[in-house]
Amino acid sequence: MTTYFNEMFENDQVRAPYARLEDWMRAMPAELRQMKQAEAEALFRRIGITFAVYGEGGDPDRLIPFDMFPRVFAQNEWRRLERGIKQRARALNAFLTDVYGRGEIVRAGKIPAKLVYQNEAYERAVVGFQPPRGIYSHIVGIDLVRTGPDQFYVLEDNCRTPSGVSYMLENREIMMRMFPQLFRENRIEPVDGYAELLRRTLASVAPAKCDRDPTIAILTPGHFNSAYYEHSFLADLMGVELVEGADLFVEGGFVWMRTTRGPQKVDVIYRRIDDSFLDPLCFRPDSMLGVPGLMDVYRSGGVTIASAPGAGVADDKAIYTFVPEMVRFYLGEEPILENVPTWQCAKPDELKYVLEHLPELVVKEVHGSGGYGMLVGPKSTKAQIEAFRAKIEDDPDNYIAQPTLALSTTPTFVEEGIAPRHVDLRPYCLVGEQIELVPGGLTRVALTEGSLVVNSSQGGGVKDTWVLAE
Amino acid sequence: MLSRTAENLFWIGRYIERAETMARLLEVGARIALMPSAGHGYRSEWESLLLASGTAEGFATKYGDPVQRNIESYLFFDRDNPSSVISCIYRARENARIVRTAITSQLWDALNTTYQEITQLERRARSEMELTELTEWVMRQSAMIRGAIEATLLRNDGYHFLNIGFALERADNTARLIDVKYYVLLPSVELVGSALDNYQWQVLLRAMSAHRAFHWAYGGDITARKIAHFLILNRQCPRALITSLETALAHLDGLSREYNHSGAAQRRARALVGDIAETNVEEIFEEGLHEFLNRYIAEIGALSTLVYDSYLSGEAR
Repeated sequence: MTTYFNEMFENDQVRAPYARLEDWMRAMPAELRQMKQAEAEALFRRIGITFAVYGEGGDPDRLIPFDMFPRVFAQNEWRRLERGIKQRARALNAFLTDVYGRGEIVRAGKIPAKLVYQNEAYERAVVGFQPPRGIYSHIVGIDLVRTGPDQFYVLEDNCRTPSGVSYMLENREIMMRMFPQLFRENRIEPVDGYAELLRRTLASVAPAKCDRDPTIAILTPGHFNSAYYEHSFLADLMGVELVEGADLFVEGGFVWMRTTRGPQKVDVIYRRIDDSFLDPLCFRPDSMLGVPGLMDVYRSGGVTIASAPGAGVADDKAIYTFVPEMVRFYLGEEPILENVPTWQCAKPDELKYVLEHLPELVVKEVHGSGGYGMLVGPKSTKAQIEAFRAKIEDDPDNYIAQPTLALSTTPTFVEEGIAPRHVDLRPYCLVGEQIELVPGGLTRVALTEGSLVVNSSQGGGVKDTWVLAE
Repeated sequence: MLSRTAENLFWIGRYIERAETMARLLEVGARIALMPSAGHGYRSEWESLLLASGTAEGFATKYGDPVQRNIESYLFFDRDNPSSVISCIYRARENARIVRTAITSQLWDALNTTYQEITQLERRARSEMELTELTEWVMRQSAMIRGAIEATLLRNDGYHFLNIGFALERADNTARLIDVKYYVLLPSVELVGSALDNYQWQVLLRAMSAHRAFHWAYGGDITARKIAHFLILNRQCPRALITSLETALAHLDGLSREYNHSGAAQRRARALVGDIAETNVEEIFEEGLHEFLNRYIAEIGALSTLVYDSYLSGEAR
C-alpha cells in the first residue's frame, strides 16, 4: 500500500502553511459550502469562463469544476521552486538557441543528433535565425508533481503555448470575492500582475525593425477553439487586439492588421496556434488559420513571433530526459528540479529492468500523447501486462518507462465533506528582457477518489494556488 | 478597432432586430389567420408571410403545405432556417462571444440569457405555449438588449457599428413589412379600401407596436395614406423608414467624427435621408408604394455594402 504525502496533514499535525485554514475548514457547515459552491459556479458562467467543446453534443460551454479549498505553499517552498523553474526556462532557451545555431550540445555528445535534427518539432525554416534577445520560448509552463515535503518532479515542459493561465487568475478573483476574510487572515502573494508582466515581456522582445512602442496582438485560431476564452481574456487584460489569421496580412516587409481606420502595423504576435498553421507559404499549404508570408517577415526582423517557431523541439518527450544535462552544459549549475527517473527501453540494460518490473511502472510510447498507448502497471491485469510486454519486446526503441509516482494530495471538497485528492501544479514562467514568475500557478486536482489523472477531460478540476508572504 | 470586431458588432445589431421582425411577422400571420378571409382560406396569408420573410422555398422543401403550426415552428424554432428567431438569437450571441471583451458584461448577460432561455423554450412541448407568449418574449428580450446597449456601452466606434446594424436592419424590415401588406397580402386591386384591406392595415400597425400611437397621431379613419405617412415619413414613429435612416446617418456621422474622416457611406446615407425628407405621400403613391419601397430596399442594401467596404472588409486604406 503506497502512502501519499498530504500537503495539509502530516502525522495528524497541520503543516504550517495550512495553519490558518483549519478553522475555516471546520467552521464551514455543509449548507454554506453548497451555497458557496453554487455561487462560484454562477460566477464562472456569468463571466463566461467556459471551455467550448463543439461537435460532441450537449452544452458546448462547459465549466471546469472548481474546488474552493486552496492549495498553499510556504514562502521558502516557493522560493526553491521559483529558482528551479527559472533555471529550467533559461536552460531550455539556451538549448533552442544552440540547436538552431552551432549545435554545441550535440557536438559535445551530450544529446544524440538524431533526437534533435530528425525530431518532428525541429523547424528547418528557422535554422540560423536568431530571434530578438535569443529567446525562443517566452512563456514556459512547467508541469510539476510533488511526492514529499521537499520532493518535486518535473513531469513535462511546455515551451510552445501552455494554456490554463486564465484559470490561475480567475480562480483567485473568485476566491477573493467569496472569502475575503481568508485573504485578510493569510498574507497571500498576489498573482494579478501576470497580464502586465506578459505585456512587458512581449514588448521587450520587439523586432529589430520596430522603432516605437511595439504593437502587440494575440493570434487565435478562432472562437471555436476550446481555449478561446483564455485568448480573449488575456487580450482584454493586456489591452491588445485579439486577431485571427484573416485579420492580418503581409505587405512591404511588415505584418499589418485590418482595422476600421485602415492597416495598422503589428510588431509582436503572441500566437496561440501551432507552428504548422502559421504560414501556408512556409508550412501547411492548406492552413486557413495563418498569414501567408508571415515567416518571411519574421526572418527579416519585421515581426516577433512568441513563442518562436521551432520552440517545440525543447519540450519533446524524447528531449525531456536531457534537460538536466542542458542545465549543467549551458549554465554550469546543478539542476534544482529533478526529472522523473526514466528508463529508455532502447538501452538493453534499462530494457531488462523495465521488463522485470512491469507491474510497478508506467510505460509510455515515445511520441504518444494524451494517455494513449500507455501501460499503468499497478492498475493493469496480468493479461494486460503480458500483452504489453510483447509490444515492448517487439519494438523497444518506441518505449520509455517511469515509476508510478505517489502524487501528493490536498484537502478537497467532495460530496461527503472534505477528503484528500491528488494534485499537480503548472506555474507559468515569462522569459523576456527579464525572467519573471508570478507567485502561483494552476493547480489541477483529480476529483475522483484514488485517481491520479488530473486532466479536465477525465474528471479533473482546478484550485486556487496560494504562496504565502513571509 | 479590428474590422472583424466591427463586423461582429454590426451583426449583433442586425440579428437582434431581425429576430424581432420575425416575431412581429408571426404575430401578423396569427392575427390574420383568425380573420375569416374572402374565400381564400388562411393558407394564402401564411404563404405570403413565408414569401415576405424569404423562407418560402426552405419551408416547402421541409414541410410541404403551409400548416400554421409548422410555419410557427419553422419561423421560430427551426435551426435549419437561417432566418428563424432561434437562428438569429444564436448568431447574435455567437457574434457577441467572439467580441466578448468589446461589449459590457450587462450586454453580454442580456444576450447570453436570451440564448439560454430560448434553448429552454425549445425543449418545452409546443402545445404548452401560445404564439403570443413567444412573440412577447422576443420583444421583451430585445428591449432588454437595447436597454443594456443604451445604458452601459461606451459611446465609441463600437457603439456606432452596433447601432448602424440595428438601424439598417430596421429600415429594411419596415419597408418589407409594409410591402407585404400592400403587395402580397391583398390579392386583388378591387379589394383596396375594403373591410379586409382595413383590417390588414390595423394588424400591420399592431405588429409594429404602433396601433395606439397611430390613433394619437392621426385620429379618424385608418387609411393607406395615413399609414404610409406614419410608417415612412413620420419622425415620431420609432420604426418609420425615415427615423431608421436618420439614425443610421447619425451613427455614421459619429464614426466620421471619431475617425476624422467621412467617406462614401456617409455621402450615400446623407443623400438618402435628404431624398426621403423631401418626399410626400402623394409622390410615393404616384410612384407606386411597391415601387417606392423596393427602390428603398435596394438603396438600403447599397448603403450596407458601402458600410462593409469602408469599415468591415478590412480593405480600408
